[in-house]
Amino acid sequence: MSSNLRWRKFVSSFMLTMTGVCAVVAVAVLFFILGYLVYHGGTSINWSFFTKLPAPVGETGGGMANAIVGSGKLLLLAALIGVPIGFLGAIYLAEFSGSSVAFVVRYSADLLNGVPSIVIGIFAYSLAVLPFKHFSTLAGGLALGLMMIPITLRSTEEFLRAVPRALREGAMALGASKWKTIATVIVPAAYRGILTAVLLAFARVAGETAPLLFTAFGNRFWSPGWNQPTASLPVMIFTYAIAPYEDWHRQAWAAGLVLLGLILIINILARAILARGVAVPRS
Amino acid sequence: MKRITGLLVAMSLLAGAGIVLADNPLSINGAGATFPYPMYSKWFDEYHKKYGNVQINYQSIGSGGGIKQVTEGTVDFGASDGPMNDDQLKAFQDKHGFGILHFPTVLGADIPTYNVPGVSGELNFTPEAIAGIFLGKITKWNDPAIAGANAGVKLPGNDIVVVHRSDGSGTSYIWTDYLSKVSDDWKNKVGKGTSVNWPVGLGGKGNEGVAGLIKQTPNSFGYVELIYAIQNNMPYGRVKNSSGAFIKADLASVTAAAAGAAKDMPGDFRVSITNAPGKTAYPICSFTWLLIPEKFSDAAKRDAIKGFVSWMLTDGQNDAEALSYAKLPKEVVAKEKLALARVQ
Amino acid sequence: MATTTTTVPSAGPFAGSRSFIRKFREGDEIARMITFLFAASVVLVTILLVYELWIGSTLPRHKFGLHFFVTSVWDPIFDQFGALPFIYGTLVTAGVSLILAVPLGIGAAIFLAELAPARVSDILEFFIDLLAAVPSVIYGLLGVFIVIPLMREYIQPGLKKSLGFLPLFQGPAYGVGFLTAGVVLAIMVIPYIISVSREVLLSVPRDQREAALALGATRWESTWKVVVPFARTGIMGSIFLALARALGETMAVTMVIGNTPTISASLFSPGYSIAAVIANEFTEATGDLYLQSLIELGLVLFLLTFILNGLARLLIVITSQRGSEMGQA
Repeated sequence: MSSNLRWRKFVSSFMLTMTGVCAVVAVAVLFFILGYLVYHGGTSINWSFFTKLPAPVGETGGGMANAIVGSGKLLLLAALIGVPIGFLGAIYLAEFSGSSVAFVVRYSADLLNGVPSIVIGIFAYSLAVLPFKHFSTLAGGLALGLMMIPITLRSTEEFLRAVPRALREGAMALGASKWKTIATVIVPAAYRGILTAVLLAFARVAGETAPLLFTAFGNRFWSPGWNQPTASLPVMIFTYAIAPYEDWHRQAWAAGLVLLGLILIINILARAILARGVAVPRS
Repeated sequence: MKRITGLLVAMSLLAGAGIVLADNPLSINGAGATFPYPMYSKWFDEYHKKYGNVQINYQSIGSGGGIKQVTEGTVDFGASDGPMNDDQLKAFQDKHGFGILHFPTVLGADIPTYNVPGVSGELNFTPEAIAGIFLGKITKWNDPAIAGANAGVKLPGNDIVVVHRSDGSGTSYIWTDYLSKVSDDWKNKVGKGTSVNWPVGLGGKGNEGVAGLIKQTPNSFGYVELIYAIQNNMPYGRVKNSSGAFIKADLASVTAAAAGAAKDMPGDFRVSITNAPGKTAYPICSFTWLLIPEKFSDAAKRDAIKGFVSWMLTDGQNDAEALSYAKLPKEVVAKEKLALARVQ
Repeated sequence: MATTTTTVPSAGPFAGSRSFIRKFREGDEIARMITFLFAASVVLVTILLVYELWIGSTLPRHKFGLHFFVTSVWDPIFDQFGALPFIYGTLVTAGVSLILAVPLGIGAAIFLAELAPARVSDILEFFIDLLAAVPSVIYGLLGVFIVIPLMREYIQPGLKKSLGFLPLFQGPAYGVGFLTAGVVLAIMVIPYIISVSREVLLSVPRDQREAALALGATRWESTWKVVVPFARTGIMGSIFLALARALGETMAVTMVIGNTPTISASLFSPGYSIAAVIANEFTEATGDLYLQSLIELGLVLFLLTFILNGLARLLIVITSQRGSEMGQA
């Protein structure tokens, strides 16, 4: 074996090992994050975290019950706004539209998707806070919903398009009108993928903090109804993490664990659904 | 799968309905200063315990935020430790057609706090030292300007890490107001305000953020309201007052600073008590105010707020000292009770 | 857009309208109109957003014009606003994050696409996708309690000792600053680089690799000199995507960057980014000029990410097209 070849082989093994190292480092970071969060969050989670309201500043104890419920309400609103628009818009793109209209809609969706979340916050503030002179759960839900739209739209469109033509044509051949075909054949066929898309969009906005800073604002108490400011998990984590109080740090870890746990579970669930395949349901 | 999804949706809708239809307390929103936040959060908590149907939600976003949001009308009242200046008052008047009133609540102090390795006790600071540090002229802990006032203390030769507020802050207003009075250099270069162009230093968000930064950063030096240093076991120093004595901030020294102002309190309660005369007066303290609009369209809200202010001026004052805020002088309380009638 | 119906449309003067009425009765037209409305709303919302940003920044645009981009003073008291420190901070932190994330990310992607057995590759990819789902505020949390102390106690002093002659690593080690923000951002964008690069690498047709190996190249040479260049545009696309994410990041950055509008050659210096200053000062910007200057910053950020995202998608599309074209040859 010539020395040149030996050198090249050495370089090859070395570099390929390095790439392995890169991969290990990347994954190790994830496990480290999870581990640290589980350790610090796990030791801080207790029953009062889930059931109590925040205590006055400087006092220990208290929890984030209102933030958990607040996040739930915000996400519910976000889904109510983001899912219908994304879903029905995707149906239009996949089933009805011409290519130029489709291009404009897709381009807008991509544009919206790329907007930094803080800018969405500015937009929602001018749209839903200023005119009503109110910070509110509605404004926060609107901001998050806007962020859900593009993700839901693009993914749903792709899954709708992936439904085989044979199914469509079969339905048409049997005399079904277009909307009936969509409602009873195409959507059910793409059901799994659409659900995955919605879940992933959900997980994405569940952790968003910036758009809530000037829409949902914050609340030390329960937020009644939908028109008042509300606490939310991500904002509480932010507020508590930069403060000096040890007890607040403890609660921030707990909240981080809860939030991340929720997001990871949704992600894993979504992927599991998709992995079972985009199948035509038997009926 | 479909059934589970449907079930989840139904459950969340029910929960939502339940929350909406549940007995709604009157919700009042306020925002502003972080300086009195520990006091306010205690007060609002207690007031809610006493009057369960009133819920006063206060968000500490800084005095600048308080002024801004109450002017925009997105919150029902604001809070600030830097009184609104004439431009801001006019802006409010122009926007709403009526004015906004200042109501002092407690007295607090800006104290110089630090995190110097090896130093756990109280350091003495002259006005020149503080101004020099914040101007970036004094850069090391063992600079003669600091060491000169602290004989016998071993100060390291490390660089000082200055910490100030990154947000619009009444605490900053008090600090820069004081520095403008004691240093012409500061007055000309930087000036006073809630948000200034700091020559040096790191920015922390809120009193909480500054305290957090100082606690975690060795060799740091900054200003926070007294209670934040106490609650977090942070050392803080003495400041030389106008009579030449090194005074530590506490209830007595802050009350002494307010003594003169109490007698000459202007009708709109906007007054500065930094660098106040008096042998025992602490030089960097201030009233902090609630900013309450003169008119409310919602009678229930107006009555609730007025009710709170009355309670605050009487029972509420008894909670102040436990959190190291000084009570309002009696003369000021009397004047405020009269002024409260102006809120329609 | 004719819908096929099973009945033969009869000829006659009203043939067209009858077919419309038929479609209407069958609900197709309604379905079309309803779904069109929802699709159109997406376009409307986007236009409205850009409009609001534009209108909301009129004052500073007229007052400062292009000077806004080259002034470094940010003084709310004297009403002087310049975007330079924030643009600088945004670009520097994004740059640092890419310098750290790109080699690591591409290396990991190469490993996953070329070397790892399919099962291992899929499992690791699964975990890396999860990393991409971690929200920004949690990275911020970890940044505050882990990265900052690490930086302040070990890494920054270490860099100062070894590379302190470079202006990049001079100045006091606060812990917060450009470098810390860059590191946290790097962790956040690595998953994007890995997953997209892995996909484009996998889409490179097999014959490319086999041809190189047949010509006597080592595994590494075939990868680095043939496969990667083939996927070059797609990998560039992933980098642009990562960059766009890094530029728009708010929470993690504001928790570790020091929040001081400074321009400094040193990476240890505290700084500020566009997203961070908006998050910190928006709710308290008294005065129209102040608020609108913040909105103008938002507009700048929006334009930056818009351009980058467009480029990214273009590049990714080009690579996958090339891949499929060559694959069919």
